[in-house]
This record gives sequence, structure tokens and C-alpha cells, in this order.
Amino acid sequence: MDLYYEIPADDLAHAGEASSRVKKKLVQLGIDPVKIKKAAVSMYEAEINAVIHGGGGSADVTIDSEKIIIRITDSGPGIEDLELAMQEGYTTASDDIREMGFGAGMGLPNMKRYADELDIQTTKNKGTVVTIVVYFSRQH
Amino acid sequence: MKLQEIAKILDAEILACCDSDVEIMSACGSDLMSDVMAFVKENVLLLTGLVSPQVIRTAEMMDIRAVVFVRGKVPGKDIIDMASEKGIAVLATCEPMFIACGKLYSAGLTGKGV
Repeated sequence: MDLYYEIPADDLAHAGEASSRVKKKLVQLGIDPVKIKKAAVSMYEAEINAVIHGGGGSADVTIDSEKIIIRITDSGPGIEDLELAMQEGYTTASDDIREMGFGAGMGLPNMKRYADELDIQTTKNKGTVVTIVVYFSRQH
Repeated sequence: MKLQEIAKILDAEILACCDSDVEIMSACGSDLMSDVMAFVKENVLLLTGLVSPQVIRTAEMMDIRAVVFVRGKVPGKDIIDMASEKGIAVLATCEPMFIACGKLYSAGLTGKGV
């Protein structure tokens, strides 16, 4: 099953809509709630990042019997120092973002925490592609 | 602990309630939603001073069944409607965060939740 969602830029009121829809779909499919939480939280963090840092973008989601693959693409400024950005507490977010309860430097670490596989391709001034894989089987 | 009891302890108004029989075992107080997603393990009661639709989104992703807005903050209709649609209860209390958490803990809501 392939799903596609637009992620609007700077629209914090609606940020998370794509993740919400994907979560509902996984519930409908009867996936283990623990795996759903892993997929939903990691996608939600990536979606929030695309809204606040990436100027919006898109989400391509593929679901089969074994796994979910979530690809969030933005055309934003890219991540200057990915290693630094992966550290808990490191943030480049503005006060506006912090007022929404984000920007505490936990987004990328949370994706790493919940995704079974995480790949980040980022190019300065071109954008970022975050790929998250969560397996539904028990061993992961 | 049931929602009605929590509302009584905090002298809180219930703005949205979907399942009053839900049993709350532990709680988490935070204004940082990414911290909630990083550290919360159980299905907790979330206490927050942050008024934003992202509080409800975070609760949705984490399967959190009830949110208490502290410090007299009252969420708008958009937030209450979103919570109702997702089956998440919303309470509002004038108590500050520290006192609200302390009152619930003293009343026996001692599950760690993280």
C-alpha cells in the first residue's frame, strides 16, 4: 500500500496531520500497538521538522505485511552538522517553535530511538530526505 | 485513578471526556512535547502548561488518554474538538504544575510512567 501526503510549510496548527492519518491506517490494519507507536512518533517528529525547518514537503509511505517505510522529503536549508543535530538537546529552533512545545533538541534523537532503521540524506540549501523503517515482526 | 477523581482533586473542569471509566495509573508533567515522546512509556495522564494543538497530537501518537491543562490555561474550541474527535479527555485546572502534580501524587497516583 502506497500513501502520499503534502506537508504544508509553517502551518503548525495542522502539523502532524499526515502522521495522524498513517497511525489511523495502521490501527485499521490491526498492527501491534507497540509498533504503531514507534512508527507514529518517529514520523510525527520528522513531519514537525519538515514544517518548522524544511519549509514543508511531502511524505511517501509504503506499508506491506512486514514493515512500514516512511520517507519525508523537504526542500529546506539542509542540516549543517548532522552529527551535532543527532545529540539530545542540540537545537537551532526559534523561540516561536519552542512556544509550540518543540525545538528542545529531541526530534532527531527521538526518530533514532523509535525507528528500526533511520537514514538521513541532507544537502545544504537543497533539502533533507529522512527515511524511517519500522518492522512489524517481533524480533525488531 | 478515574478521571472524575482527578478532576475533584485538582478542582478541574472537564472540557472533553470520552471514556470516564479509563483507569489512570501514572502521570507526566511537561511543556516539552518531544520529551513526552522520548521518555513516557506507559499510558499516562499528561499535565502541561502548553496550549497548542500539538499537545493533542502528541497525546494521540503516544496513546495518552487524558490531558490536564494547568496554571489556569484554557484551550480553545479547536483543541477541545480535536481531542474529542480522537477520544482524548481534556481537563483544565487553575493549579500550577508543581502543585497539581503534588496533589495527584499525594492522592496515590504514584506510577512512574517513564
